[in-house]
Amino acid sequence: MEWAWVIIGSALGGMARYGVSGGVARRIGETFPWGTLTVNVVGSFVIGLFAAPVAPGGALGGERMVGAFVMTGLCGGYTTFSSFSLQTLNLARDGEWPRALANIVASIVLCLLAVWAGSALGALIPGG
Amino acid sequence: MLPHLHSSMSPLAAYLVIGLGSALGGVARYGCGVLAAALWPVAFPWMTIVINILGSFVIGMFATLAGPDGRLLVGTLWRQFVMVGLCGGYTTFSSFSLETFVLLRAGRPLAAGANVVLSLVLCLAAVWLGHRAARRLNQ
Repeated sequence: MEWAWVIIGSALGGMARYGVSGGVARRIGETFPWGTLTVNVVGSFVIGLFAAPVAPGGALGGERMVGAFVMTGLCGGYTTFSSFSLQTLNLARDGEWPRALANIVASIVLCLLAVWAGSALGALIPGG
Repeated sequence: MLPHLHSSMSPLAAYLVIGLGSALGGVARYGCGVLAAALWPVAFPWMTIVINILGSFVIGMFATLAGPDGRLLVGTLWRQFVMVGLCGGYTTFSSFSLETFVLLRAGRPLAAGANVVLSLVLCLAAVWLGHRAARRLNQ
């Protein structure tokens, strides 16, 4: 039944991504893909947060439905690699090479920092 | 420059098609993961790379096919369904981040670096190839 939770989570995650990234883009402007960067960083943080608790031995250990819903579903639907790729390509095609490179570096660095921070916080959750 | 996906109809319609597309993309991603574990269960996230490559290729192709000079005359909702929904739900940055982090934590920095480099190079190549293929088709 995990797939059912993946479907629900991914639907919600995708809709949230649309809302948030659109909102951020309208606020900050669209010369740089801030919206996609935002959702990818937040999603990376959340998946880091849940990784240890959901694993066997963790506070939510054995709760595969939670992992399916939150990690595969919500985080998977909320974050996107395809938009990141397309937006990087479009920046490059527009001659905005520094911004294209900045998008790549910022996405990788900030998302890795986010997943690390999330997992550090998740390690503070007692149980398991 | 960035794909404008303003819905010409109610915002609700956009959310619905995006929710649907993302649901389908997500379950496809999940299915690929199950398949990968059965096919080749190694301690390297190769399937996430494959998924992200496929999604990047499709979004690159569709963006140009359904773009201003495109051959595919579809409305905003179709673009949102495919690009924001299907491709967005199918691909994942969170799994990529977590899997890279797990490799680092496991004391495998080269594998982590390979995951990052391969994902970036192959996905960016894929989106570009999708765009080029669509440009061909548009002619």
